[in-house]
Amino acid sequence: MMFADQILQGILLGAYYALIACGLSFLFGVMRIINLAHGSIAVLSAYLVWSIAQQFGISPFLGLLAAVPIMAAAGYLLQRTIFERSLRSGPLTPLLSTFGLAVILDNSMFQRFGADTRSLAPAIGDLSFAGWSGPGGIEVGQLAVLTLVVAVALLGALQLFLSYTPLGRAIRACAEDPETAELVGIDARNVYAAATAIALVTVAIAGTFLAMRSTFDPYAGPKQLIFAFEAVVIGGTGSLWGTLIGGIVLGVAQNLGSQISPQGFLIGGHVVFLLALAARFVLAGRDWRGFLPARKRAPA
Amino acid sequence: MNGSQAVAVRRWSPLSLAAAGSLIALLVVLAFGPAYLGSYLTDRLTTLFIYVILAAMWNALAGYGGLVSVGQQAFFGLGAYVAIRLSYAGVEVYLALLLAPLVVALFAFPLASFALRLRGGEFAIGMWVLAELAHLLVNLDGLVQGETGISLIALSAFAPGARRSYDYWLAFGTMALFVGIGFWLLRSRTGAAIQAIRDNEEAAASVGVRVFATKRLIFVLAAAGCAAAGSLTLSTLVTFQPKTYFSVQWTAYMLFMTLVGGLGTFEGPIIGAVLFFLVETIFGGSGVWYLIGLGASALLFSLFVPRGIWGTLSDRFGIQLMPVGYRLR
Repeated sequence: MMFADQILQGILLGAYYALIACGLSFLFGVMRIINLAHGSIAVLSAYLVWSIAQQFGISPFLGLLAAVPIMAAAGYLLQRTIFERSLRSGPLTPLLSTFGLAVILDNSMFQRFGADTRSLAPAIGDLSFAGWSGPGGIEVGQLAVLTLVVAVALLGALQLFLSYTPLGRAIRACAEDPETAELVGIDARNVYAAATAIALVTVAIAGTFLAMRSTFDPYAGPKQLIFAFEAVVIGGTGSLWGTLIGGIVLGVAQNLGSQISPQGFLIGGHVVFLLALAARFVLAGRDWRGFLPARKRAPA
Repeated sequence: MNGSQAVAVRRWSPLSLAAAGSLIALLVVLAFGPAYLGSYLTDRLTTLFIYVILAAMWNALAGYGGLVSVGQQAFFGLGAYVAIRLSYAGVEVYLALLLAPLVVALFAFPLASFALRLRGGEFAIGMWVLAELAHLLVNLDGLVQGETGISLIALSAFAPGARRSYDYWLAFGTMALFVGIGFWLLRSRTGAAIQAIRDNEEAAASVGVRVFATKRLIFVLAAAGCAAAGSLTLSTLVTFQPKTYFSVQWTAYMLFMTLVGGLGTFEGPIIGAVLFFLVETIFGGSGVWYLIGLGASALLFSLFVPRGIWGTLSDRFGIQLMPVGYRLR
């Protein structure tokens, strides 16, 4: 029963990872950009919602509502100022520039908010600890279930948006082939900016859940980036539902790992990530370069 | 030759001869550093040498191999850890510090088969995950006592003054070795192969470049260099706290030095390391604004000055101090 409980809790934890991975996966799918500041932006939005909730004494959910347009605007600016120029200068530049951005964000948040950990848990009352009891002493937290519901709803909404709305179609067209999309009258610049805005809205939602379910501090970003990235890779890059599955696999692996040793939580997640990569290489049907003797090159 | 005019290919120019001559003179002067520098400057220059190693190795990987890694702290930390392990296993302490990078290189060799199959951003974060995993696994070792860490006690057998000189010479020699290997590689066939791979992997393979073996060479070299820097840092700090050594901060430093100096140039990272060293010395190497400044410089340089200070100067004036390229006349 203990085992079943761990798996169930792992699934619920995985829903949070899917939530935080959603924006990373989306941006990679659309622009082939891996945003190394992704985790730091999630923590930034956690601070934003926390500040709004504190300042006006309102519920974090209302705070999130106020943060959404701010993060969308930030996304638009991010594309226009950093991503666009980075993408023009080659495949490595986005990595260099977004890593620089992450260093700026992490340390700026430290400058502004100090080393104290913060949490939105006190602001949501009972929701932070209330749960439902199941058979065999299994406890399911209400917040964890809400996270799962929101993750599924968000991924579903994104999927529907991409499939059925004009902007969604334009985003898919630009993801396939921006030059051809421009030929048929799509402004790829605007489409990319809109996509980044959408991605940052999902990050704002993820950041709020991060703040509600645990504590956070200015340097919590890199860890969130790594979890999000692991979920994306395990689930298969560029697939939104794959990201949900990836998040769940990661969460379950971490929870089972924590049963073995206190460090096992993180080790379990990293090991599953590496195994998923190895499995992908094997499934890709290529030989293990380096381990096997190189095949003789066919005479030209 | 179809009647075309003979074109002379030159590697050396009067400028590069003069520069190489001055560099050798500078190295000779530096080699006797502890004799005239005083304790503060000896310590500071030791740190500078470690920075030059880190910058040159990150540049070899990213600037020449086209592989941006956010996880080189894995090798930095492992270099220090292996030195600790060897020393506590009874190996003479300075021998342990020297052997550590070789052990890490042996470990990096098979790892390359895995890591080099990752592309672009996947390689970047994949290496970061490997660094995190290495950190966690090192923490599991009872000897290290988790984040409490451990000291390289065997060093206390040496007088502080002697240790300062040893550290200086170790760092100086290691820097000369790795930068020298870099210079030699770039001038060799491998140098041309590496840059061909960075610019277009398929095209390089099509003209017979052994893509994987060449990339693995760079990967292992960079791993050994970062491990040497880690082992040298341990030698100067004496204490090993996993958190400090496996920190992603080291990658931020490497990125700053390489980007500001000039990614993909031979001289750039050295200039970047000297700049970083000066900035750190002036601003005390601490404080949040200092780190924000490093991040902002990396961001701005990557966007607006992608060739860095040296790359831009060298492109504009056609100068190259070290003869790693070819000139047609």
